[in-house]
Amino acid sequence: MATTKEITIGDVNARASELETELQGETMALNVGPSHPTTHGVLRLMMELDGDVVKKCEPVLGYLHRGDEKIAENMTYNQFVPYTDRLDYLAPLANNVAYAMAVEKLAALEVPERCQSIRVLCCELARISSHLLGVGVYGMDAGAWTVFMFTFTEREKLYTLFEELTGARFTTSYTRIGGVARDIPEGWLGRVLEFCKGVLPVLDQVDKLLTRNRIFMDRTVGVGAISKEDAIAYGITGPNLRACGVDLDLRKDKPYLGYEKYDFDVPIGTNGDCYDRYLMRAEEIRQSVRIVRQCIDQFPEGAYYAEDAKKIFAPNKAKVLTSMEELIQNFMIVTEGPQVPAGEVYFEAENPKGALGFFVVSKGGGVPYRLKIRGPSFCNLSILDKLIPGHYLTDITVILGSLDFVMGECDR
Amino acid sequence: MAKTKVLERKPLTFAEKTFIPQIIGGLKTTFGTMLKKGVTLQYPEERPVIPNNYRGVPTLVKDPNGREKCVSCQLCEFVCPPKAIRITPGEIDAEAEPDRAHVEKAPKEFDINMLRCIYCGLCQEVCPEEAIFLQDIFSLSGYSREEMVNNKAKLYELGGTLPDKHLKWDKKKAAESAGNAH
Ligand code: SF4
Ligand code: SF4
Repeated sequence: MATTKEITIGDVNARASELETELQGETMALNVGPSHPTTHGVLRLMMELDGDVVKKCEPVLGYLHRGDEKIAENMTYNQFVPYTDRLDYLAPLANNVAYAMAVEKLAALEVPERCQSIRVLCCELARISSHLLGVGVYGMDAGAWTVFMFTFTEREKLYTLFEELTGARFTTSYTRIGGVARDIPEGWLGRVLEFCKGVLPVLDQVDKLLTRNRIFMDRTVGVGAISKEDAIAYGITGPNLRACGVDLDLRKDKPYLGYEKYDFDVPIGTNGDCYDRYLMRAEEIRQSVRIVRQCIDQFPEGAYYAEDAKKIFAPNKAKVLTSMEELIQNFMIVTEGPQVPAGEVYFEAENPKGALGFFVVSKGGGVPYRLKIRGPSFCNLSILDKLIPGHYLTDITVILGSLDFVMGECDR
Repeated sequence: MAKTKVLERKPLTFAEKTFIPQIIGGLKTTFGTMLKKGVTLQYPEERPVIPNNYRGVPTLVKDPNGREKCVSCQLCEFVCPPKAIRITPGEIDAEAEPDRAHVEKAPKEFDINMLRCIYCGLCQEVCPEEAIFLQDIFSLSGYSREEMVNNKAKLYELGGTLPDKHLKWDKKKAAESAGNAH
């Protein structure tokens, strides 16, 4: 039934307000995720759409929560290493290193130079592997499948190297408190150099396919721009922060593992949009290759674990088999855990996704009293409800891809 | 002070705006790749090369004389982060190995639940007898949950014998016959 309303002809405002609700139409609620290809994991976005434009967006997290922090309280420091693989599972080696360094900082333990160099290699190779995936999958998100194939071929080579080094392609569990699980294999450094030689041409190829591609640029330039102030206010770290023009890189600002020895640049962006974040990752791969090369050039000899840390790093296997004292020591370290003094420590490392921090509270002994993990992806995602509104629905894919987050570390 | 490098962003040239260079470049890539050797592996006909020290399925090994190396110390059971290992300690059969019985122990039962195992390699790392090894088996499947629990017999069958540098019992015997036991 049509209803009639009386409006005086001259009353323009009344007419406009009457019409407004009709013109605006209804908004629509749309749920993306928790399992949706664009969300790269189990992220769920609750959105309110007005036509094609997102009005409101609320990220819902926690679908991958495993209680890692609580699990850590129930096992020795070394037993937790495999769990750190499963934080940012695209760069497990970097997580292993960050975790071991946090506990070592609490124990005031310096690892030998060779161990540091091995760890630097691990971190940088992990960064390359993570960014190769970031760039490749981002291309795929924007509709460029080929790039994904190229970068994945390279990443596969890297995984073969990891496999040789650690015994596993993916879940590396490589570090121990006070060292690494095993020394580098024969000829491995040469193979790493070979990989570095191969990855740069592939990057150039990707450059040719994406960087100057008009379709890709139309989809990314100016989309999802984050201002410097916002980025800092929301606690964004890593490449996403540097793309906004803030030159915070913990490897330069708070050098650890002897990063001050290496000569590399920190790329920074100008606009903080999706295109900048893409350029950022491509450039970081190049810088990482530089670090890897310098590291291999001056690879130190020596032990791969802290030999003087008798209560922290388990003794050499050959000794355990033949000598009583070492056998007992082995049993003590395994059952009681690496002995770490009481205290609290916070350590964060520049991981591929941002600053991964571990806050360890110890009451002494080999088991943490509390272990808090600061996952960079979690903080990076916090900006979504501010960033996404006002964009088209089709831009969501591009924005999410450019933030390059990992739910494993977000939900922990 | 951080040394920074500002990322360049050049606007598109007129030619690039027409898509033509990109299309030509793309086709070049396509045809170039068609001529290259493939990078994939026709699994399972072709198998990847497994490097030494690969962390595959954990197995138990015997020494070259066919003795069980595991002494059932249960250190691996303790360290296993997901608690995949279950050991019931037992005695060594005095008939079969009189010199080792009542000196060492051996596991009566040794189960590794492969549905729980995360292939972390900690068991191999802590074992004081070099009795448990993660070897190169990487794909395993079963129809039931029970089938995925490797019992002792299965573990020894998978593990086989590995060369042993130490041969603890042979050395001990040699020392005993030379008159200086322990
Ligand atoms: S490999 Fe790790 S998870 Fe598997 S049985 Fe050994 S300790 Fe347990
Ligand atoms: S396998 Fe090794 S660690 Fe495990 S119970 Fe046997 S001897 Fe002990």
